[in-house]
Amino acid sequence: MRPSRLKNAQAEESQLQLRLLVVYAFILLMFALLVARFVWLQVLQHDHFSTLAQNNRISLVPIQPSRGLIYDRNGVVLAQNYSSYTLEVVPSKTADLEATVHALGELVEITPRDMRRFRKMLAESKDFEAVPLKLKLTDEEAARLAANVWRFPGVEVNAQLFRDYPYRELTSHVLGYIGRINPKDKERLAEEEKTANYRGATHIGKTGLEKIYEDVLHGQAGFEEIETDSAGRAIRSVRSTPPVSGHNLKLALDIRLQELADKLFGQRRGAVVAIDPQTGGVLAFLSKPGFDPNLFIDGIDPQTWNTLNTDWQKPMVNRALRGVYPPGSTFKPFMAMAALQSGALTPGQILPAPGYFTLPGSNHQFRDSVPSGHGAINLSKAIAVSSDTFFYRVAWDMGIDRIHPLVSQFGLGSLTGIDLDGEARGVLPSKEWKAKRFAKSREEVRRWYPADVVSVGIGQGFNAYTPLQMANATAILANDGVVYKPHLVKEVVDTKTGQIRRVEPNPLRTLPFKKSYYGVVKEGMAAVMRPGGTAWRLGVGLKYAMAGKTGTAQVVQIRQGAKYNAAALAEQYRDHSWFIAFAPVEKPQIALAVIVENAGFGAAAAAPIARALCDFYLTGVVPPELKGQLKTLPPEPAEQDKKDTASHASLAG
Amino acid sequence: MQASLVKRLWYLIKEPLDGWLMLLLGLIFVLSLFVLYSASDQTFQKIDNKLVYTVLSLVVMWLVASTRPHTLMNFAPPIYALGLLLLLAVHFAGVTVNGSTRWLELGVTRIQPSEIMKIALPMMLAWFFQRFELSLRWWHYLIACALIAAPGLLVLKQPDLGTATLIMAAGFFVLFFAGLSWKVILAGLVAFAASLPIVWNMLHDYQRKRVLTLIDPMQDPLGDGYHIIQSMIAIGSGGPWGKGWLNGTQTHLDYIPERTTDFIFAVYSEEFGLVGNIVLVLLYLLIISRGLVITARAPTLYGRLMAGALTLSFFVYAFVNMGMVAGILPVVGVPLPFVSYGGTATVTLFIGMGMLMSIAHQRR
Repeated sequence: MRPSRLKNAQAEESQLQLRLLVVYAFILLMFALLVARFVWLQVLQHDHFSTLAQNNRISLVPIQPSRGLIYDRNGVVLAQNYSSYTLEVVPSKTADLEATVHALGELVEITPRDMRRFRKMLAESKDFEAVPLKLKLTDEEAARLAANVWRFPGVEVNAQLFRDYPYRELTSHVLGYIGRINPKDKERLAEEEKTANYRGATHIGKTGLEKIYEDVLHGQAGFEEIETDSAGRAIRSVRSTPPVSGHNLKLALDIRLQELADKLFGQRRGAVVAIDPQTGGVLAFLSKPGFDPNLFIDGIDPQTWNTLNTDWQKPMVNRALRGVYPPGSTFKPFMAMAALQSGALTPGQILPAPGYFTLPGSNHQFRDSVPSGHGAINLSKAIAVSSDTFFYRVAWDMGIDRIHPLVSQFGLGSLTGIDLDGEARGVLPSKEWKAKRFAKSREEVRRWYPADVVSVGIGQGFNAYTPLQMANATAILANDGVVYKPHLVKEVVDTKTGQIRRVEPNPLRTLPFKKSYYGVVKEGMAAVMRPGGTAWRLGVGLKYAMAGKTGTAQVVQIRQGAKYNAAALAEQYRDHSWFIAFAPVEKPQIALAVIVENAGFGAAAAAPIARALCDFYLTGVVPPELKGQLKTLPPEPAEQDKKDTASHASLAG
Repeated sequence: MQASLVKRLWYLIKEPLDGWLMLLLGLIFVLSLFVLYSASDQTFQKIDNKLVYTVLSLVVMWLVASTRPHTLMNFAPPIYALGLLLLLAVHFAGVTVNGSTRWLELGVTRIQPSEIMKIALPMMLAWFFQRFELSLRWWHYLIACALIAAPGLLVLKQPDLGTATLIMAAGFFVLFFAGLSWKVILAGLVAFAASLPIVWNMLHDYQRKRVLTLIDPMQDPLGDGYHIIQSMIAIGSGGPWGKGWLNGTQTHLDYIPERTTDFIFAVYSEEFGLVGNIVLVLLYLLIISRGLVITARAPTLYGRLMAGALTLSFFVYAFVNMGMVAGILPVVGVPLPFVSYGGTATVTLFIGMGMLMSIAHQRR
């Protein structure tokens, strides 16, 4: 046994030695192969690769695809491209940057604003990247510069595609804007493995639809392989792959409605969202004030940026999407649906609606907005006159645990899923919500008190929603519980094949409420517009049946801690004016929510806007005081309509 | 008195280390600092990080080197089992980035269990062959194959073709040194060649694209081919003598992708030329030579198998990375040993070096 084991070990050892030798020979061979490859690359092909390295800036030129256009529902262009010349400087190639910029200033006018933007972008970009010094050169300027660039190494005059938003403030919170690709964008593109398609690209969607639909709008980059001489001049194109343009977007939005809403607001702050209940298409989406998105495309200068950001009116805040306001009495129709469905109330049931409501065993008075009260009334009447005590009682009878699941069916307190980024969720209060919201507070604060539910019943308390959520909930109600996802983009049009993809064309679900209950609540909302209703004045002269609900929200600032403007202080403490509406009542084509900040009672400020928008959308009538002031609406609307349909057809074809 | 204390401390520190390997690692480390400084646009942040993780890795290496190989060997089955469990956990609950699931989220940090397997698998196999050294039968090789296939397939599923290949290669090296018959190896190679079309069909689209891109980079010059074309231009334009430190135009004009990590060799090659490449290849070759000497001298079967497998794995890392950057191998995520920026891979490499050193000190 012993000798054989020894022998075995010896054999094993010599076998190992042999294998080690084989392995070593193999490794030497592989490394030799590698070195041979290096010799081929670095000695034999050195000249070839040196040339490639020297001309690397131009040997492979990406061709930018043109970005998809954005149209409104009638084919009016909301975002377009145009070509223009830009004066650009590559800092690493200039001998003396300051002197170069100074000398260029003698050829074309360089304004202080150009200079500020140039300095900012210079600080943000790398030395070898071209930084624009002056945009949108006139033909004469471009020609003068082109004749002189040879004197300035590192200076280039390039033709570039620019983006333009002709309706400026009107579309700022819908379309958003594109801006220069920054290091953070680059990182994200690399992570999503899209770097190749953005090689040579300078701009990317930053906010709004431009951001959400970036992938379809951008298109496919093409490239051209260009042979160059030793001076770097292009001799011929070896081969090229043309770029594929981005897809066009067709919105459900009607720019005329949008402009009318803007004009109706005037200088006031607030938001309007109008939705087609039959499709979920967003017809108008306005946040006032807006801003000019064109300022952002090529880097905003620091001064303008500061002005926009410190403005007490917060033009950069998208109020329709992110502004969270207590709904006030506009909450009552949804509360009414919950009450009927839960069985706490029957459609014809009559309840006392006195001037105040007290809880059993308490003498705290929950007051009605009308001190004398409304007598004994049923649900429809309670909505029409907006009785608070009626709804206090209903809320108290139901309790928050029955209210929350039913009202939440209308999408209140949850994201609507609209095709925009950063939507606010709002608050539909519940016991769980309160415990979570005040998790860090004492037990007394965290606990849900039975009395908390009373003010919830009339849309005050912790209730808070965005105008978008209110419009969406109104659309669902108008459509008898058939839920569509609200969407701004109606169709994505492939510019190459003409293929049209419809966005969200099918309903998401149908709410489990009993059909007849919608009729009861809608009757109450229709009565709001009739004599005796809170907005009866606005029902005068209607050519169709309209239903609505006024609301007055006690003020909670959008953002706390903002700098106050002394002159605006008093105004900022006034109540917000709300109005939700839909029309025609029988087969609703438009549902909307309007809020005017610090404008007082709902019927006073918000309701007239809603009425005018419905009038225009359904009958084409413009309020007499605005006739001739609307850019989107030339004198003969009928003719314009024909033209719009024509351009629409060509677009779709 | 004080001098002798320092002397004793110095002796204590260097006792478990291997002089040759330390010298070679030191040279590569100095060289890597210069390349990294250039690759990171002459900033110090990555240099600082590299210093920190290298010092930490050295401590780990020292600890491994001062542990007797057979003490570590006894941990092979539990470490292997743990690695396998973690891979299963990745399979069911891993974090997905860019379409592949390679990481486990542990609250504070993410770990990549496939990295553990690079060492755990050869350890397990070496333990296995040592355990059954005297009663080795043909079916032991089958069990060994199963031990290789289990982690290999799990990593392949992630999908991570590069790491799966490296893990399975490490396992195969143990088999090879354990005396797997030449006939079987040859048969295996033939079978592999024959199965290539099937493997091709199983590959993911992006993996196929990488192979195709290798054959003709101009197929996709803005996408996958771009990396290869640009790094070949970098190497080629470097020429025999290089453009000089900090003078690489490809590097500084941002044409080299991943230039501090997987493609750092292109930066080095552009600035230091053919001469620099030969120096680096020689340094790697010397490390490998030392590793093979340690293998030949190892007194136990476990030591021989482990040292051999670690050395060959090291060769594969260096060769695959340089081959990929030079455009003769497909692009797989393998860093250049000890030069690429990145802590995890470096710790693994240093643990391997620690094991080699510990085996080198084993007495017959």
